[in-house]
Amino acid sequence: MADQEEEVWITGIGLVSSLGEGCEDHWRRMGNGARREPVIDATSFAPYPVHPLVKLDFAKQIPNRGDLRQMGQWQRLGVYAAGLALSDAGIAGNSAYLDKTDMIVAANGGERDIEVDDAILAEMSVRNDPEVFLNEALSTQLRPTLFLAQLPNLMAGNISIVHKVTGSSRTFMGEEMAGVSAAQTAIRKIRGGQSELCLIGGAYNAEREDMQLLFELGHYLWPDTYRPLWERHEHGGGIITGSLGAFLILEAKGHALSRGAKPYARIHDVLADRCNRKAGSAAENALAQFDLVRDRIEAGPLAVLSGSCGAEPVTSEECWFFKQLQDQGFDVAVRGVGSMLGHCVEAQFPAGLALAALATSKNRFFQPFAESDFEKPHEASLDHVLVTSWGHWRGEGLAVVEAVH
Amino acid sequence: MTRHARDSKGRTVTVVTGIGIVTSLGEGKEDNWASLTAGQSGIHEITRFPTDSLRTTIAGTIDFLSPDPGTAPGRAKALATASVTEAIAQAGIGSPSAFPGPLYLAMPPAEVEWPARLEVYECARNGSPVTHAQMKRAAHDGAFQDMHSLFLFGQVGEYLAEKFGTRGQPISLSTACASGGTAIQLGVEAIRRGETDAALCVGTDASINAEALIRFSLLSALSTRNDPPHKAAKPFSKDRDGFVMAEASAALVLESYDAAKARGATILGVVRGCGERADDFHRTRSKPDGTPIIGAIRNALADADVTSEQIDYINAHGTSTPENDKMEYLSLSTVFGDQLAGTPISSNKSLVGHTLTAAGAVEAAFSLMTIGSGTIPPTINYDTPDPEMPLDVVPNTKRDAQVDIVLSNSFGFGGQNVCLVLSAEPA
Repeated sequence: MADQEEEVWITGIGLVSSLGEGCEDHWRRMGNGARREPVIDATSFAPYPVHPLVKLDFAKQIPNRGDLRQMGQWQRLGVYAAGLALSDAGIAGNSAYLDKTDMIVAANGGERDIEVDDAILAEMSVRNDPEVFLNEALSTQLRPTLFLAQLPNLMAGNISIVHKVTGSSRTFMGEEMAGVSAAQTAIRKIRGGQSELCLIGGAYNAEREDMQLLFELGHYLWPDTYRPLWERHEHGGGIITGSLGAFLILEAKGHALSRGAKPYARIHDVLADRCNRKAGSAAENALAQFDLVRDRIEAGPLAVLSGSCGAEPVTSEECWFFKQLQDQGFDVAVRGVGSMLGHCVEAQFPAGLALAALATSKNRFFQPFAESDFEKPHEASLDHVLVTSWGHWRGEGLAVVEAVH
Repeated sequence: MTRHARDSKGRTVTVVTGIGIVTSLGEGKEDNWASLTAGQSGIHEITRFPTDSLRTTIAGTIDFLSPDPGTAPGRAKALATASVTEAIAQAGIGSPSAFPGPLYLAMPPAEVEWPARLEVYECARNGSPVTHAQMKRAAHDGAFQDMHSLFLFGQVGEYLAEKFGTRGQPISLSTACASGGTAIQLGVEAIRRGETDAALCVGTDASINAEALIRFSLLSALSTRNDPPHKAAKPFSKDRDGFVMAEASAALVLESYDAAKARGATILGVVRGCGERADDFHRTRSKPDGTPIIGAIRNALADADVTSEQIDYINAHGTSTPENDKMEYLSLSTVFGDQLAGTPISSNKSLVGHTLTAAGAVEAAFSLMTIGSGTIPPTINYDTPDPEMPLDVVPNTKRDAQVDIVLSNSFGFGGQNVCLVLSAEPA
C-alpha cells in the first residue's frame, strides 16, 4: 500500500437520461427551483411505463458511421456518455492522458433482435424438431455483428475504439452492484497508487423488450400509471426502468492539480456487501456501512441520493434504514433518483455519484423528487451527500461524496 | 522470512496456495495434468444438442457433471463449485463455508435461453403467434421467478459467495477471453493494497449451446475440421483454421506471502506481475503493429521486475485462429527478439480447447503446475509448422525442464489484453 494515500477527485461527469444530456440539463430539470417533471413513455411498452432516452445525435460523440453501425443502442448510449465525461474532464482527444486511463465499465448485455426472436419462437412452438429448426434459423438469420453488439465487454471495447481510452479495460457484471464495484475498485486503485486516472460508469437501455421480460419473469416491473418510488409500495411495489448513461472521471488529486483540472467533489471510498436478503439483513449491511463512514459526516441535515428501485420489500427496507439514520440524529433529506430518472440498474450508482458530485459543486441540493416525509427540502449548504444503491435482487452499496469547497 | 515479504517495488508478495481445475479432460488437478502432459485432447463431438446444419459440430463440452438446471449459468456454477472446492481444500484456508477474502469471478454473460424463452412463449401463446409484449404479460401472471434470478449476471457470483462464505460483494467480470487473467489481477491488486490477506480468483465458462456456437461461427472464429475432433485445434500450425469452444473452471487461492507463511501453507507459486493494455483498433482484430499486446507483455514484465531473458516458458494464448497466433508471434518476437526461438512456448488450448472466460485462470493454473512439476505440456497437432512463426512450441510431446518463471498470455475480443508473470516460490 502507498505510504501516503492519494485523495480521489471526481473531475469529469457524463450524464445522459430522459431529462437531457450533460450536467446543466440535469441541474435545470432537477435542481432547486426546477419543476418536478419526470419524462414518461406510457404507451410504447404499455402497461409498463419507462423513462425514455432523450433524443440524441449520436454522431456528436461517435462521428464514424461505421462505428455506429457496429453498435446497438445500449452500447451507443454508453459510448456517448463516456465521451461526455472525457470531454467534461478535459482529456478527450489527449492521447497522453487517454493512454493511461484505466476504464471499468459496469455492463449488461446489448440488445437482441426481438423480431427475429419472436419469429423463431412462433415456428419453434409448432415444430416437432424445435432444436433442429433453431440451428437453421439462427445460422441464417443472426447478423454476425449482432453478437458483438451484445457482448458486455464490447461497450468498453467500443469506448477504446471511439475515444481511444487504452490504459486498461475491464468490464464488471452483476446488475446494480456492477456499478458499485466499478466505482469502488477505481477509487481504491487510485488511493493505493495503482492508477491516477480512471473512467468508470455504465448505461442502461430501458426501451428493450428482452430486458423488461427478464425483470417481469421475477414480477419486478410496475405495470401501471407512473407513480414516484415511495408511492408504489401500497400496490406491491415495482420498478419503472429508465434509459440512462452515466460515466465519471475519477482522478488522483495530485494528477488533477498537475493538469489544472477542477474537482466537482471528492470521494473517499465505496462500501459494498451482500446478504441473502432475509428480512432486515440488507438494512443491517447498510447500517454497518454507515458506521464506517459516520466520522466523515457531521450530525444534522444529511442529503441522501437513494438508488432505490421501487420494488418490494427492498424499497421499504431502505426506507427503514433511513429512519434509523434519523434516529441517530441525522436529519435526512432523501431524493429517490428513480422517481425522476427511473431505475437504471448497472448505471444507477454511477448516476447517483454524478448527481451528488454535481450538487456539491453547486453547494445546493436537489428539489424534492416526490411528496414524502423523507423528501424534505434541504436548504443548508452541501458538504456531503450520501449515495446508496441496493440491488433489486442482491447487494448493498453506499458512498459519501464530499464537497471540495 | 521477512526479507521475502516485499517485492523489489516494496509491495506485498502475492502467492498461490490452492488450485482447482475442471476441464473437458476431467475433474481435478491430477486427472487434468495426467491427460495434459500425455497429449490427450478433451475435444469431442457435441451431444448436448442437435448439430444439424451447424458448420462446427465439435467442442470441449463438460458432460460428466450434470447440473440442475442444465443451463449455461447452472453449468457455470457446477464447474466453479468443483474447482473452488478443490482449491480451498488444497490451501487449507478458512473453512469450507467461510473463505477469508473476496471473490473475483470471471464468467460469461447470461441471458434467458431458448428453452426458457420457449416455455414462456408457449404459456403466452393462445392458439396464435404472440410477441415479447404478450410474453411479458405471461411472465407477470406466471410462476417463472426462478428464471429471473437464474439469468441475472450476478447470479453465479452470488451463489459462490453464499456457498463458500467469501467476504464482501463478489465481483463478476468479463474481459472476454482475457477474463481469467483479470480475475487474478484484481486479487493481486487487492492484496498489494493491503485490503485483504487472501482472495479467491475463479474463472468459469460453460456456455456451449447452439446459439453461442453459431455466434462464434458467424464470426468465422471456429475450426470446422470436425473429423477427427481431437485434431482440430492446432495452434501455430500453418493449416490452423480457428479455435474450438470448450468449457472449464479453474480456481486459485491467492494469499499474501506473509499470511501464507504464518499459517504454514504450502506455496505453489508467486503471481509476480500483471500487465494489461486495451486495443483501440477493431472489435475482433488486433492493431496490425501489435502495440497493445506488446504493451501488455511489457507491462507484465515491468510489474514483475523481470526481463524477457528471465522467462523460462511462455504459456501462449495460442487459440489456433489465423489472426491470434500471427499477432501473438509478432508481439512476442518484438519483445523477446532472437531469444524467442530458444524459449519454449506451448498452447494448452491445443488440448482443452478455448475455454473463453475461464481460459486465463485455467492456463495460470497449468503454468503453476508446470513450474511445480518441471514438465512442460505440449502443443499437440503440430504437424505442419507455420514457417512464418519459427517457435519452439514443445511439439506433440511433453518436455522435462526446470521452469522458474512463466509468462501467461490472454487476449480478448474487444481488445482486452492481460499478461501474467508467474514464478516459483522465492528461494
